[in-house]
Amino acid sequence: MASIFEPSLPTPDLSHLTRADYEHVYEPAEDTFLLLDALEKDAQELRQLKPQVCLEIGSGSGCVSSFLGALLPSSSALYLCTDINQHACRCTKATGSQNKVTLEPIIASLASPLQHRLANQIDILVFNPPYVPTTSDEADAAQVTSGISGAWAGGKSGMELTNILLSSVPKLLSPGGRFYLVGVVQNGVEEIRQRMRQAHGLDSEIVLERRAGRERLWVVKFFKAAAPS
Amino acid sequence: MVRLITHNLLACHAKGCNANNFPLQFKDVEIEIREAEFNPDFLRGFLPKIEWKALVDSARQIGDTSLPAEQPEMVDDDFLKSLHHVLLELHIEEGSMTCPNCSHVYPISNGIPNMLLAEHEIA
Ligand SMILES: C[S@@+](CC[C@H](N)C(=O)[O-])C[C@H]1O[C@@H](n2cnc3c(N)ncnc32)[C@H](O)[C@@H]1O
Ligand SMILES: [Zn+2]
Repeated sequence: MASIFEPSLPTPDLSHLTRADYEHVYEPAEDTFLLLDALEKDAQELRQLKPQVCLEIGSGSGCVSSFLGALLPSSSALYLCTDINQHACRCTKATGSQNKVTLEPIIASLASPLQHRLANQIDILVFNPPYVPTTSDEADAAQVTSGISGAWAGGKSGMELTNILLSSVPKLLSPGGRFYLVGVVQNGVEEIRQRMRQAHGLDSEIVLERRAGRERLWVVKFFKAAAPS
Repeated sequence: MVRLITHNLLACHAKGCNANNFPLQFKDVEIEIREAEFNPDFLRGFLPKIEWKALVDSARQIGDTSLPAEQPEMVDDDFLKSLHHVLLELHIEEGSMTCPNCSHVYPISNGIPNMLLAEHEIA
């Protein structure tokens, strides 16, 4: 991985995962590493937030949540992870153990089973979604089979799944909470930011952008205003 | 890892199931106890997020009766230690969770709950 930031925190240990795992589960790639770099860049700010509830949607190998667990004081937060792919959940759990972070994988779509109880409770929400533009049929099929193609097939503009989550983000975040989202240039990040500001009053900031091969990747973070104290 | 802290946050989300859909009821569980680091600040901060009655009832369902029926007004160390054990050290490895309203069954296997619904069950 060629990074413009020299990471002071090591990339999580993934040596327990094998080729056979990566036949079913997304192998960490440039998008994953850009997200790690974005979280690390914001480390100070994230620690100051004193998060108690973190949720990663689509945790795949578990690399990102394990990194987050190393970034924050251990045992000070609950690290929930969802993925529709059961192999991903198994790998997430194993990667947590390997890196001494207790991750709580749940086989689920987006935040569905948590939506009710975690309204206004999520301090850090993270999503590296299937963002590659495909046909809607391809994206739908990937969701139904919940295998490896669900890691990238994003439907129209690569935004079909992300759009569903975006509309519930304002409800999920705690006051002061943050949402980190990964995407590519075809997703139209400026349009997304504008929509979130106008429809939901969430401000945002591009944390990092990077060209990786043919992809132009970005990480954006959305903030919910802190409660007046 | 289904620990009771996570179980306390899961609700049934089947189509049309919007009331009395929490807490999910444990069945045929296998439990492992694993020590976790005691962090009183985390527990104090998390306490307001917990549905107390659901936690106590669920703990009793899986055989732990250490928590008081009413949340105590005085949060002392003894209480926090019991809470720590119940929330963070009991791992439900196998079994299932049934919705008290629509009876949908969510299986738990290798410590991972499967909360996925079939397409026709999605709200
Ligand atoms: C691009 S991969 C990212 C994996 C990992 N977070 C990373 O950064 O390496 C997208 C992940 O989202 C998962 N996913 C796809 N649809 C989902 C859904 N509806 N709910 C939850 N996860 C989903 C995929 O199975 C895959 O693991
Ligand atoms: Zn139900």
